[in-house]
Amino acid sequence: MPRSASEPYDLAVLGAGPAGLAGAVAASEAGLSVALLDSSGQTGGQYFRHPAPALRARRPHALHHDWPAFARLRRRLEAGTTDHFGAHHVWTVTREGDDAWTVHALTGADGDGERPVRIPARAVLLATGSSERHLPFPGWTLPGVVAAGGAQAMLKSGLVLPGRRIVVAGSGPLLLAVASSLAAAGADVPAVVEASGYLGYARHPRALATNPHKLLEAAVHGSALLRHRVRTLTRHAVTEAHGTDRVEAVTVTRLDRDWRPVPGTGRRIACDALAVGHGLIPQTELATTLGCATRRTPDGTAALALDDLQRTSVPGLWAAGETGGVGGWRLARVEGELAGLAVAAHLRGRPAPGGRARELRRRRDRLRAFADAMAAAHAPGPGWTGWLTDDTDVCRCEEVTAGRVREAAGDLGARDARTVKLLTRAGMGWCQGRMCAAAVACLAAAGTAEGTVPPSAERRPLAVPVPLGVLASEPE
Amino acid sequence: MPKSNSSDVADVIVVGAGVVGAACAHYAARSGLSVTVVDRGPVAGGTTGAGEGNLLVSDKGPGPELELALLSTRLWREMEDGIPAASEYEPKGGLVVASSGAAMDALRTFAAAQATAGVTAHEIPADGLREREPHLAPDLAGGFHYPQDAQVQPALAAARLLRASGARVRTGSEVTAVLTGPAGEVRGVRTPGGDLHAPYVVNAAGTWGGELARLAGTDLPVLPRRGFVLVTEPLPRVVRHKVYAADYVADVASDSAALQTSAVVEGTPAGPVLIGASRERVGFDRTLSVEALRRLARGATALFPVLAGVRATRTYAGFRPYLPDHLPAIGADPRVPGLLHACGHEGAGIGLAPATGLVIARLLTGGEPPLDVKPFDPGRFTAAA
Repeated sequence: MPRSASEPYDLAVLGAGPAGLAGAVAASEAGLSVALLDSSGQTGGQYFRHPAPALRARRPHALHHDWPAFARLRRRLEAGTTDHFGAHHVWTVTREGDDAWTVHALTGADGDGERPVRIPARAVLLATGSSERHLPFPGWTLPGVVAAGGAQAMLKSGLVLPGRRIVVAGSGPLLLAVASSLAAAGADVPAVVEASGYLGYARHPRALATNPHKLLEAAVHGSALLRHRVRTLTRHAVTEAHGTDRVEAVTVTRLDRDWRPVPGTGRRIACDALAVGHGLIPQTELATTLGCATRRTPDGTAALALDDLQRTSVPGLWAAGETGGVGGWRLARVEGELAGLAVAAHLRGRPAPGGRARELRRRRDRLRAFADAMAAAHAPGPGWTGWLTDDTDVCRCEEVTAGRVREAAGDLGARDARTVKLLTRAGMGWCQGRMCAAAVACLAAAGTAEGTVPPSAERRPLAVPVPLGVLASEPE
Repeated sequence: MPKSNSSDVADVIVVGAGVVGAACAHYAARSGLSVTVVDRGPVAGGTTGAGEGNLLVSDKGPGPELELALLSTRLWREMEDGIPAASEYEPKGGLVVASSGAAMDALRTFAAAQATAGVTAHEIPADGLREREPHLAPDLAGGFHYPQDAQVQPALAAARLLRASGARVRTGSEVTAVLTGPAGEVRGVRTPGGDLHAPYVVNAAGTWGGELARLAGTDLPVLPRRGFVLVTEPLPRVVRHKVYAADYVADVASDSAALQTSAVVEGTPAGPVLIGASRERVGFDRTLSVEALRRLARGATALFPVLAGVRATRTYAGFRPYLPDHLPAIGADPRVPGLLHACGHEGAGIGLAPATGLVIARLLTGGEPPLDVKPFDPGRFTAAA
């Protein structure tokens, strides 16, 4: 349906990963005018990241078991009327009235375009995904130490390996997927080092039994790892990376149940790269700036609190996928579609959608239960701070060490990440705490009765940096 | 008589772990009093943590607030225990610029009046501005340099003052009642963690000072005035002083509820440039105002065109606690014996904290206040009603 430039879209979808794509397709097929924004020029998000056409990859789907499902969604999107705004970096969303929102974005590959863009919409679906959780350790700033998800993203988008002999470490289901992709792409993976025990899953037999595809996924990764002779060490962590100009080896140490390193159990493994990650953190800043309520997930992150129809606590704002809690692409797709249908029903003044939506809700609940079981199994234990020395940088941007964070949390009375930030600048740098917030919150809480206090939902009113000249040229 | 734990008894309880509460604790402890500080949030969790850390005399005309500011300026410099250095104290001076000849004339008159009250101000002709601030816009009419203006990192200042005071600090502890005796005199405060006892309670609760006054059975008309600060990516020193446009002074003194912005730009030792200052009365609403950010960015880039290509990495809102006559309340409450107020410093609390703390300490120990405290009398609103 043609619309004039000043007329608001029915729905603005922020994020073109599985959740956003499914939401845009469902809403558009239900007859809504939809704007789909993403900071990347491509659709697919992190999960379906694929090489740019210029690289002329012959088989972009080689690293994706689920490529056909994505390709179908993409075809449906292209067949519909959705306007896709690629390379748009949303820096904030403002409420203009009932069913009236403005999405503020920057254009250009790095958000350095000259012109601020405002897209009005009657409803907003937040499908902004997640970012990786990092827990620092001595040597983590050495070249060659990369984020686990980042290593996979490099592989998916550029078909580049971070090294030849790559240790994969941290915690969470992503590690097995990363290790098998790296091994399949020709890397030698001497070990997958997982801080939790996979036995944690056994405590949730029901969630496992009702999600057979997850077992299949694990079997696929497991057999790939067996084929490439990759060793899996559970209840172990990389507690130090060694090297001068680049990582040359890592120390792997056994952990107790609380993730405390067991003295005397460390051994060195030679490598030229380390891919490390401790699960994913929902990206919620656009929503929390608008006042959306959050909930604490079983692994200690803050996710948006959503109702049965994917509504946030703020009327007019919906969310789907990892923003409401990390749970994988299938859950994201189901939630996205459900949200798209729910928005359509709301804008048409119809009651809650039935039929298809009922089925989607059932699938969502089942997948969500599994996600929570996984999160609980991989929740960082409070003892991990035991592998930090006082001179380990916690905040890389501002070069704030663990010792200074401990001083702020001890002598100066900081008990939460925000106060530590005010007193040490940890989290005030370029990344705005995206790297260090989880670690700082744990250190700040170490001395309190609560033990590991979850990081509070971050308030970052500017979701991406905005040039002052662009801000100044906003229309009045 | 019920037994009480000695840690629950002090000579004075300060409610509020912001910079004003910390300064009250600091000077009270130095006067030999035992002090407990309680706050429902963390150290510097309210207005202090949202401030830029201005220690300004340049924006104040002759009068009681300027006297408080001048005394504070001296006290910040003389503070012991390495507090200034640990608080990133920087005597960098202020530069107030005028965009037109008329604004320059007004500024000249203002500075002349300030000089009679002890403020040092040097007139800088238009062609001298860029010598002091090389990146200033070329078309300004001139300005005044105020060497007494300085800056601290406010959260560090509060934390260091508290630490040096040796006060017992109970953060995350909300005062739910003010305990009083048979004659209505203060006996302490109630918190979820138990009662704390002291014959004096200092209300340094900032924006929430009105609520605490109500709990104590009295009233103080403290209201919030919202401000946004824009923070840029770290830069080499492109802004040396605290630089602001002359219209800032009028905005500070204004009573309007509508959004007012005047560019206040300054560099920090850590690299980011801070841009203020917007003022509007909207209650405790933290919603991002794109209009406020637009005006701040426009004002800052008008003063420093080079900033147009610089990115803002964050912004935050804070709430300045203000009283109807824009002067703080410092002194004894007229209705509740043992209750003292030290709040309502609006946007100047960081700068005015030491003098406020010293006045409170003198009042607690029966000493002579270091300046005339009559204009700050908390009873002035009751009397008018």
